Amino acid sequence: MGCVTPLGHDPESLWRRLLAGESAVGPVTRYDASTFPTNFAAEVRDFDLAEHMGARAAEHAGAGLGTRFALAAASDAWEQAGLASRDLDPDRVGIYMGSGEGGHDYDNFFATSLAAWQADARSVDTAEWATQAMERLSAVLEIEQEPHVSISHLARAFGCGGPAFNCMTACAASTQATGEAYEIIKRGDADVMLAGGEHSMIHTLGMTGFIRLTAMSTRRDEMHAASRPFDRTRDGFVMGEGAGIVVLESLDHALARGATPLAEVAGYGSTADAYRITDIHPDGLGAQKAMAAALRHAGIDPKSPGPDGRAPVQYVSAHGTGTPENDGIETKAVKGVFGDQAGRVCFSSIKSMTGHLIQAAGAVELIACVLAIRDGKVPPTINLRHPDPECDLDHVPNAARDLSGEGGVDVCLSNSFGFGGQNDTICVKRFVG
Amino acid sequence: MRGGSLDRTIRGPFPTGGAHAFYTRPMRREVVISGVGAVSAAGVGAQAAWEALESGGPAIRPLTLFDPSGFATRLAGEIPELKARDFVPKSYRKATKIMARDSEIAVIAAQLALADAGLASRGSGETASSATPEGTPAIVPDRTGCQIGAGLLSAEINELTAALATSTDDAGVFSLRKWGGEAGDGAMGNLPPLWMLKYLPNMLACHVTIIHGTEGPSNTITCAESSGILSLGEASRVIERGDADVCFAGGCESKLNPLGIARLTFAKRLAPTGEATDPAAFAMPYDPSSTGGLPGEGGAILMVESGESARARDPEKIYAEIAGFGAGHSPMPHFPGVLDPEATGDFVDTGLRRAVRAALDDAGVSPDEIDAIVPGALGVPVADLGERNALHEVFGERLGTIETITVAPALGASSAGHGALLVATAALAIRHQRLPARLHAGTPCGILAGARAAGDAPLHNVLVCTPSLGGQVGALVLRRAGG
Repeated sequence: MGCVTPLGHDPESLWRRLLAGESAVGPVTRYDASTFPTNFAAEVRDFDLAEHMGARAAEHAGAGLGTRFALAAASDAWEQAGLASRDLDPDRVGIYMGSGEGGHDYDNFFATSLAAWQADARSVDTAEWATQAMERLSAVLEIEQEPHVSISHLARAFGCGGPAFNCMTACAASTQATGEAYEIIKRGDADVMLAGGEHSMIHTLGMTGFIRLTAMSTRRDEMHAASRPFDRTRDGFVMGEGAGIVVLESLDHALARGATPLAEVAGYGSTADAYRITDIHPDGLGAQKAMAAALRHAGIDPKSPGPDGRAPVQYVSAHGTGTPENDGIETKAVKGVFGDQAGRVCFSSIKSMTGHLIQAAGAVELIACVLAIRDGKVPPTINLRHPDPECDLDHVPNAARDLSGEGGVDVCLSNSFGFGGQNDTICVKRFVG
Repeated sequence: MRGGSLDRTIRGPFPTGGAHAFYTRPMRREVVISGVGAVSAAGVGAQAAWEALESGGPAIRPLTLFDPSGFATRLAGEIPELKARDFVPKSYRKATKIMARDSEIAVIAAQLALADAGLASRGSGETASSATPEGTPAIVPDRTGCQIGAGLLSAEINELTAALATSTDDAGVFSLRKWGGEAGDGAMGNLPPLWMLKYLPNMLACHVTIIHGTEGPSNTITCAESSGILSLGEASRVIERGDADVCFAGGCESKLNPLGIARLTFAKRLAPTGEATDPAAFAMPYDPSSTGGLPGEGGAILMVESGESARARDPEKIYAEIAGFGAGHSPMPHFPGVLDPEATGDFVDTGLRRAVRAALDDAGVSPDEIDAIVPGALGVPVADLGERNALHEVFGERLGTIETITVAPALGASSAGHGALLVATAALAIRHQRLPARLHAGTPCGILAGARAAGDAPLHNVLVCTPSLGGQVGALVLRRAGG
């Protein structure tokens, strides 16, 4: 596993700070956001690709920020998996990413468009625009914005010649990518898959887009506590950025080379709300179906206690964005899936600490689930001070929970939902050989 | 048959070219194409695309969507008329206002595909363009998926710049401070509230799921020209493993906007057509003297369905079986920022080679059993070189005698729509048992891709593949469905 997040540039640092309940939110430094209604975000700070891939980082000079995050995360994951020195069949090693678009070269793009603007006609003179664009814009920067670029870099860095995909299903993308990669291995089309996502939308138009949708918190005076999923006073999400990548491998392949599995991917569900572009289904029906499908594939009955009498699932990593709409509906959906067992399930959102990594969120949250299984601990939802009657499950408020005395964490679900009604859930279990 | 996925885990890679002859393909759920919806430079509908391809009349014309005179490329495969309003239920007409062009294309193609398959949905009954016959069986929401490949959607340049223009300082330079605005009165308020939603790549699939009420597995694959093939391949796997019975699957895109053309130009994908109005001299696949490709727009959405449900409805309506799928990745030497654009040499698209071999193995056929190839054939010299060399490694000298069907010279290459249009073309060719005409003003090298008229041909197994800008490749083998 590897990740670059606002709370740390590797899974262990991230995990330590998640368990400590730290917030990564601060003022936006990437550009002058001082007058923006939302002028804060959870930024990745002090990131250096060379710390993750040494001199080989130079081969990716010019890569966009998100791609560099992905290269770092993949390098660490690759090394932890013990693949660094392995002699793999490149055609059996694939990639499935849920990478977002790269950031625009805004200064030049805006200048180009404004130079070609005809105020009287209220339109751009496209002939002039083209002339300006071909002079001002850089080929490399423009191409690096394409969403499949991070895969191209990863394939080159790790010699992957197998199935390679990128999906853009908004905030669900990296859970989707990981789930789809799991299906690819299960059906035998690859032995090893790099899977996850990267994204940074902490830029002028990314922030603008969400501000216009009124999806982000505007709690400028309390920015560190602005991300407050499940809290009655929540007023929107806080933007984060980063990458999360896991190495998925068929069990036979992993055991044959003496690798130690960190966890087992047990199930995956993908559904569509088919409801509205702007709203999620009021009962979270699509979300329920995604969770139910993942559990069905994992062979888990969510409405009955597990064989040991404990909750059927110990931890559900919430999509939990902190928007008024999402958290109540997601809570309703978890109740719908788990019935009487819902109250026994830890259901927290690490977005309260990391911010919302958009397309990268799901993969980072999956990594937190795997570490929860390892340590028997569940990360908290911080900034949860005002209980909301709509969000009345065990959201692990403000302090991490140590379940190691109660049998630990054996099964987790990780939820990710995207604009337009895309729902993805992945189920991971303790690997028991 | 749900056991398919288990059987697959023990298969491993079978080297193409003989070994598979001893290999018995495990039983698995049959997946077929039961409907085709296409939108292209030839117009709306698969029939329009097929007629243009058959008659060999290129649908490439001077760009009219905007004044392209500042670009070196001014010819394109532009969709003549696009009215998504006429293809959605009355209750959804308002939503077409927040659809980018790419979404409009997808919504139309999906509606056409559904009708062509003889299926109905909650969104198919009351459109301006057609009426669903009474008694048409309806899709089951839970058992219907949606996998539509897409590209990056370009923000509409006038809409964005109009807002930007309200945020300049005295020197005319864009001001971030004015854009934000201290008191909630920032110039960003001049962008419509739903501005960003319009341009999310998954909006193509989302509109289709909402219109038709599909609640099954949904995805948006964004791998440039390969997006459609990869989406169709994945949709076939979803059905094969039993997670759905039918899927809307394909890909659509329009890069016919200033930013789109700028990016394709930077990526060295386009021929500098200048003042020329005759497209014949451009996009000449596999001719080393080709100066680049021609941009198109559109794409295709197909109904991918389990064989049993399609057969139960009407076996005659089945276009073809999706017999094999493979995917791979290649480093692309012409990819700025990744590798040196000049380092071409004897470039072999190894991802394409892998994808094609995997698709053939998956279909249980040898290269000798392929009757025709529908390759990317972009007319972009380095892409063609990599593709031709990869196909040569799979097919050997026979590559010079296998018929190919080329689409880009007639319709342009519609980025994420391209691969899907190739698959739609292959499906139509199998249905008609006919090869469409091939346009080519030059001399293709090492592959049978030169000019020819349309003609009948026995087509049993047809391979579809395309290289892509980023190196991700998908390949499919379509097989004529046996009664």
